[in-house]
Amino acid sequence: MSETVLSVRDIESFYGKIQALHGVTLEVRKGQIVALLGSNGAGKTTTLKTISGLVRAAAGEVQLQGKPITSLAAHTIARLGVVHVPEGRHVLKGLSVKENLELGAFTVRDAHVRAERMAHVFELFPRMAERRHQDASLLSGGEQQMLAIGRALMHGPEVLLLDEPSMGLAPKLVTDTMRIVKRLNETGVTILLVEQNARLALRLAHYGYVLENGQVRMQGSGEELRADERIIQAYLGGAE
Amino acid sequence: MATNKVTTRPAPGAIERLYAAFDDPRRRWALYAVIIALLLLAPPVVGRYGTVILTNALLYVILALGLNVVVGFAGLLDLGYAAFFAVGAYTTGILTQQFGFNFWLTIPFALCAAAIAGVIIGGPTLRLRSDYLAIVTLGFGEIVRIGARNLEITGQASGLTGIPSPSVFGYTLTGPTTYYYIFAALAVLAVIAAQRLLHSRLGRAWLYVRHDEDAAEAMGINRVRVKLAAYITGAVFGAIGGVFFAANLGAISPQSFSFQQSVLVLMAVILGGMGKIPGVILGAFIVILGPELLRDIGSLRLLVFAVILLLIMLFRPSGIWPGRRS
Repeated sequence: MSETVLSVRDIESFYGKIQALHGVTLEVRKGQIVALLGSNGAGKTTTLKTISGLVRAAAGEVQLQGKPITSLAAHTIARLGVVHVPEGRHVLKGLSVKENLELGAFTVRDAHVRAERMAHVFELFPRMAERRHQDASLLSGGEQQMLAIGRALMHGPEVLLLDEPSMGLAPKLVTDTMRIVKRLNETGVTILLVEQNARLALRLAHYGYVLENGQVRMQGSGEELRADERIIQAYLGGAE
Repeated sequence: MATNKVTTRPAPGAIERLYAAFDDPRRRWALYAVIIALLLLAPPVVGRYGTVILTNALLYVILALGLNVVVGFAGLLDLGYAAFFAVGAYTTGILTQQFGFNFWLTIPFALCAAAIAGVIIGGPTLRLRSDYLAIVTLGFGEIVRIGARNLEITGQASGLTGIPSPSVFGYTLTGPTTYYYIFAALAVLAVIAAQRLLHSRLGRAWLYVRHDEDAAEAMGINRVRVKLAAYITGAVFGAIGGVFFAANLGAISPQSFSFQQSVLVLMAVILGGMGKIPGVILGAFIVILGPELLRDIGSLRLLVFAVILLLIMLFRPSGIWPGRRS
């Protein structure tokens, strides 16, 4: 078994007085894709936000490579290598594709490393290379998602938190996006993936967690979860 | 059908060509040299009154460049910028006139005071968004002005008079022409500083925070520190302007730091083109020289000037000389 990169223990989070997470525990090992599944409002996004420090955990602990990061500020957590690609992508409109990518490497002081990563991103996403001088707002939804992921890669993440990368994309692009996630993983990136489309996500994931009402209801390897029709029926939005 | 027509760029006019020349690194220096030569030669040509007005315009260049750091670079709002100007002027005024400090020694104190003021205004407002930020900064500007009008140490409504003129190597700095050159030198320094800041790491952090602070934070940028740095930097520019303003006039009073001053500086920034350094400089000159050039038409001049400003904003909504990114 590879080492644990991210471990989340019994975290509870609130939005005001409403409790969104009732003790979520999960683990992400190096080189894995771990899928976080569940219906709307189950607490998937909140779990990611609590890990990356955007939402404060009221209880529980998040550890990165064995060190607690629960009480750190979001930008510090990011510097340590937990990179959150939020829902809605947050591409900087009005700046070029290249400038967007440069934001990802803001904390990387070594120009050589920055150039290497940029080349790597352009190799992964030739589209981004073609459009490097274009305004990011001119990109299509799918391209913006690539840009958001590319930007995260510029940072050199220990673990990448991807929140619904396929949201709002046409069906064909959804499959493309999943293929990209798989390829990223093959290049060695550890990924915690939140996804609505459970079937697709489980096809890639080494391990999966099903959230319901802010708690982990079920967990297992991608194959186990995928094989269980009841899970698909009950929690993952029915058959294809 | 013209519905699918790609937007074509209009043929570049004279103004666009001039702007392009400034963006071209080689021609830029030639243009800067011409501008500096004009600045040096101006006083004898424009006469005593003209020199005073130009000095004021140069002061506003410094102030506008400072506010531009906050508004243009970092995308924050400040409707009370005159407060920083006041902090600089009063620090120098109080220390020289009441504590017998040498003028030059007051500068570090003025800068520290401004930086503290920057933190005071920046700190509590960091979590506020546009509308609320506008109200709080406006309130801050008024607090400083009203404080100055009521405190014993700031000379209350009549202000401080008899601020001694500074001297260099036994030579006392007095007279409009001397101060014209001092402000010209300060303005040049301010332009260089603003330019360096824009292209610095901090400048890039401002750019990212301005566009999307959540994305910036997710990539490890400390938004609190970056925004505070913007307020402090802006405050320092304002204070420098204030320090030399006090030295120039020898007297300061609360009227010099009214809400109207804050608006005027903000107008220079917006009119010229937020974030664009040459635009902001141009804006400062227009805001100060405009009413003077219209002096001949008498009592209607401010009305006419206001209409001109409105027309400019209607036809060039992102400023006369907008930045690359609108």
